[in-house]
Amino acid sequence: MTAGPAIGARAAGAIEGIELAGASVKRRRRGPGGSLAAWIIFIIGAVYFIVPLIGTFFHSIRTRPDPLLAYKQVLADPKFAVGLGYSFAVGVVTIIVSLIIIVPTAYWVRLRLPRLRPVVEFVTLMPFVVPPVVLVFGLIRTYAAKPFVLTATELGSNFLLVAAYVILSFPYMYRAVDTGLAAIDVRTLTEASQSLGAGWGRILWKVIFPNVRTAIVSGAFLTLAIVVGEYTIANFLARTQAFGPYLSQLGQNQPYQPAAVSLISFGLTWLAMGLIAFTGRGARQRVQVAGAR
Amino acid sequence: MLRERGAPSARPARARSGWAWLGVLPFFVFSIAFMFLPIVFLVVGSFQDSADNLTLKNYTDLQTGIIPNAFANSIEISLVTAIGGGIFGLLLAYSVILGGLPRFLRTALMTFSGVASNFAGVPLALAFLFTLGPLGVVSVLLKQELGFNLAGTGFRLTSKIGLELVYMYFQFPLMVLIIAPALDGLKKEWREAAENMGATTSVYWRKVALPILTPSILGTMVLLFGNAFGAQATAFQLTGGTINLVTIVIGAQMRGDVLHNPGLGYAMAMGMVVIMGISIGLYSYLQRRAERWLRS
Repeated sequence: MTAGPAIGARAAGAIEGIELAGASVKRRRRGPGGSLAAWIIFIIGAVYFIVPLIGTFFHSIRTRPDPLLAYKQVLADPKFAVGLGYSFAVGVVTIIVSLIIIVPTAYWVRLRLPRLRPVVEFVTLMPFVVPPVVLVFGLIRTYAAKPFVLTATELGSNFLLVAAYVILSFPYMYRAVDTGLAAIDVRTLTEASQSLGAGWGRILWKVIFPNVRTAIVSGAFLTLAIVVGEYTIANFLARTQAFGPYLSQLGQNQPYQPAAVSLISFGLTWLAMGLIAFTGRGARQRVQVAGAR
Repeated sequence: MLRERGAPSARPARARSGWAWLGVLPFFVFSIAFMFLPIVFLVVGSFQDSADNLTLKNYTDLQTGIIPNAFANSIEISLVTAIGGGIFGLLLAYSVILGGLPRFLRTALMTFSGVASNFAGVPLALAFLFTLGPLGVVSVLLKQELGFNLAGTGFRLTSKIGLELVYMYFQFPLMVLIIAPALDGLKKEWREAAENMGATTSVYWRKVALPILTPSILGTMVLLFGNAFGAQATAFQLTGGTINLVTIVIGAQMRGDVLHNPGLGYAMAMGMVVIMGISIGLYSYLQRRAERWLRS
């Protein structure tokens, strides 16, 4: 209603006049600083967000006489470096395997098998239906017994861990790659490459992949964030060296170090999300609903 | 000219399309090996007794022991945090998008929501323990400075309400992230049209905006439900496994046969998959309803 006078003031009925008034509706509806209710809600949210972080920070510097002792101990503990390094490596391998599977699939579905699209989409959404605890339950039942005993060896367990994470990454990766493919003319690019004599491998690697690179960066960082903090699957596959199980163990044994590591973990999540925002440049924020809960 | 236009020689030849499915083979082989096969093994196990005979007893046994309570607790916590987180997330998104707050607060909220919705599991549980646990910074501060004994009120971080408080940390940021585009999608023309016909702000919200947003809101709440229902790490770290949730029981069953019947564990896992399947199905239905109006 506040927009009324603005419309009537000049050029009554003129299209431009209404458009202009319309544009100002949002700003005029409330006072200059926003309504009181909006501020109250925002402040409650901000307090709830920040207090646990501040609490954790103060807990991490409770050590006396040296308030930074917990951080020094953590950084000197080889398990911390091993855990972070191991989980990071698993994350990178997960991303590579996931891309090797998803990029050709999404490309092929767009180019040649559009009718298969709902099926592929359904499969990539399955990790939302099968929670990690159920997925790892099934993996153990399947691969801890004959004929494929994978959990008996380190290599086999690591392989299963990556496989589980690749499955978890499918929803984000597929959507990220598919969005990227939607923005380019897959068919024309393919035909152009073919007429220049390129084979399928060359087309994928030299033409398609570079064109969707920015699109997949967000999927990749999200996968990294999920994998590095993941606890359930790593724990049940007895990957105790992974970051999640390491932090969990630390939380049961040590008073102050886990607070320091939790904060570092929060910082890493922030870093991953920051890189997504930075590389995505205005792209819609992707949301995670499966994984490290 | 005609020949050039009529003969797209680079276009994949129709004759080869019989082999086209080979291109998606790796994807399906991988998905079958590491997702569908494990699920099939769980399904088969859920219909077998300890001597591998076919039985339905595992499913009828879901009504025994701690299992009904585990499902009830999981559903209750997921419902409470989905509805609570959904409402609060909606209000928060509304306050920064339409509530007239300074623009930078919106950017701050969206960034923080992206981080918080991914900050879950072990570190989240620890952060709350160090803040509101028996020796947490805030608990101690309240006691020393204000003489307020948080534990004296009966509040326990390891109880259902404590867990709900912690789950909210990843629940409502998710609501903010998903609902923000829907709020952005409310066209100003709709508001103007309503106002031109004499609608007040409250009438506009009740008759126009909310009905348009309802499928999005409900859909996201359903998603939040599934999000909390499948959570395991946060609850385990927070309570040390003492709270009776479906995911905790399944975890304990994996460590050692706590239910004294492997088949019962598989049946529980199937119960989870069914509930998650229903919620995801409902979510995609509501999402399609939502897109009808919010297609920009």
